[in-house]
Amino acid sequence: MSQTGQSPPSIEKGKLRRARMTQAKRLAEFDRQLITPEGAELTLKLGSASQRAGAFIIDWIIIILLFVGLLYGIGETAKVLGQDGDEILSAIAMLLIFSLRNFYFIFFETGRRAATPGKRLLGLRVTSRNGGQLTSNAILARNFVREVEVFLPLGFLLQGAFGGGGLNGWISLFGLIWSAVFLFMPALNKDKLRLGDIIAGTWVIHAPKIKLLGDITKTTGRAPATPSRFTFTAEQLDAYGIHELHILENLLRKSTPQVRASVAERIRAKIGWTRLPDETDREFLAEYYAGLRRNLEQKLLMGQRKADKFDKT
Amino acid sequence: MTDLLKSYRFREEREAGWHKLDQIIKRAETRGVNALSDEDMIALPRLYRQAVSSLTLARSISLDQNVISYLETLCTKSYLFVYGPRSSLGEKISRFFAHDWPEAVRAAWKPTVLSAACLFGGALLSFILCMIDMEWFWIFNSSIIADRTPDATTAYLESTLYSNATDAGGMLSAFSAQLFSNNSGVALFAFALGFMFGVPTAILIAYNGLLLGAFYAVFWSRGLGYELTGWLLIHGVTELFAIVLAGAAGFMIGGSVAFPGQKSRMASAQTAGRSAATIAIGAVVMLFFAALLEGFGRQLINNDGVRYLIAATTFVLWMGYFYLPRGYGRTR
Repeated sequence: MSQTGQSPPSIEKGKLRRARMTQAKRLAEFDRQLITPEGAELTLKLGSASQRAGAFIIDWIIIILLFVGLLYGIGETAKVLGQDGDEILSAIAMLLIFSLRNFYFIFFETGRRAATPGKRLLGLRVTSRNGGQLTSNAILARNFVREVEVFLPLGFLLQGAFGGGGLNGWISLFGLIWSAVFLFMPALNKDKLRLGDIIAGTWVIHAPKIKLLGDITKTTGRAPATPSRFTFTAEQLDAYGIHELHILENLLRKSTPQVRASVAERIRAKIGWTRLPDETDREFLAEYYAGLRRNLEQKLLMGQRKADKFDKT
Repeated sequence: MTDLLKSYRFREEREAGWHKLDQIIKRAETRGVNALSDEDMIALPRLYRQAVSSLTLARSISLDQNVISYLETLCTKSYLFVYGPRSSLGEKISRFFAHDWPEAVRAAWKPTVLSAACLFGGALLSFILCMIDMEWFWIFNSSIIADRTPDATTAYLESTLYSNATDAGGMLSAFSAQLFSNNSGVALFAFALGFMFGVPTAILIAYNGLLLGAFYAVFWSRGLGYELTGWLLIHGVTELFAIVLAGAAGFMIGGSVAFPGQKSRMASAQTAGRSAATIAIGAVVMLFFAALLEGFGRQLINNDGVRYLIAATTFVLWMGYFYLPRGYGRTR
């Protein structure tokens, strides 16, 4: 549950707890509350800057592959038809670039999932910031602004690198620095908005697919009606809080026998449990999880939220 | 049964409804609303409300992380679907052309006038300056139109106005060159740079005006003004109109950021941004038409009179489409 170092355990644990809390706080910074018309509160998670950048890169890879693939296909057909396809091919290439660049993002984001393939892959989607309908106008606006965010810095960069366009190196450099502010905007504000999001009134949320897994208290392998071999005392069940319960849940859902063995050993030591004749680690952990959860949920109903094992409520 | 956890029983009672909702949403997202049966449509709002109330309840009684995060995403997805727009792409496009675009343009007449003033003011300024002293040309001109300078011969200049390339390839490449020329970039930049109080937009539009004026002056000074106007306006009416409108879109955003009124600057930029975006995509569409006119129209038609006629027609059509009050008939 917690790893103890060699130094005085109480100080070490306090540090760990503080570190955990700052971590939780940092994660909570991505949470936004949305009150539905029914009055229920939904927690939306904002996509992080790195997720957004990842999605963008994936999308551009797709665009480039699409472009090359389509162009190759058209070129081959032109050859088969015996056309001298040079001019026509270049015209089609221009048309392709024009439409891919202008309409790829808009097409997918106005779609039902409000996400480009890259965004879908990373579990992101675009929504309206005030919780209202996401209109196609908003999608248009957020994507046109990309011109300033991406192509402006890119333009300065290329001009700086290769010259041309009548700008000298210094101007290109300053232009690049100036325009890079827009590029890195999502990393700079707390809502992770890029300029396009600000103007369109949108933001990007992270809503990955989550499967409903079986309840652990159900999947212990024991038929529900048979009484448990495990009976924990009240003190034993008071040893841990919600944080440890959640860790135990994750552990039971996915972990290796070695990890389970060491955690089970630690819990046994902490609560002073003597091993039953043929108990397995998994069984013990699942039973303890069930007991702990029952205990904590009962407390929850009474309005007590025992956050972790240090919490004395 | 007393052995079962309360939160587990809670889950068991409602699980089927969650799964059903999940399936309906998934089907709607992959195959559209039309793929839903009447039964599903009737069940959807009930299942949605059930899921939302489950979530609220689960938060206060259950400590199963998986259940809560599952419900959290399920409710978010359902919420976005239930309260989201449901029009198809075709409906969106037809509404855009029938209402949204002309309405947005009509409402933005003030920024449109301002933007036109920037473009034509810039053009007039550089035209006059160049007529006084042709040296100005070299200050305004960038390398874009490299061969049509004051150094070129009149005969050469005249030859650039008429084309004898009537094969498909020539037309296509002229079309694509136009399409890929800086115009659509200029239009989108004019929109996107608007948020800086419209200043970069004004500079961008006026700069394009300066280029145009200088270019014009070269031909004017050789007595080719009439011919150039025809060459330019056959597609230029559409193209310049598009650039003016894109500039207007930028000014709308700039104005809303600079003078937000009662709203916060962010909120004000949002409202303006959305209708400005409609104008900007419209400008891209117009530039596409302009490219068609330039690629095919101008290559095929070498008669000045016909060029003027087409220019006038496009002007009347666009003006009618945008500014004629609806209900008196549509021009397109």
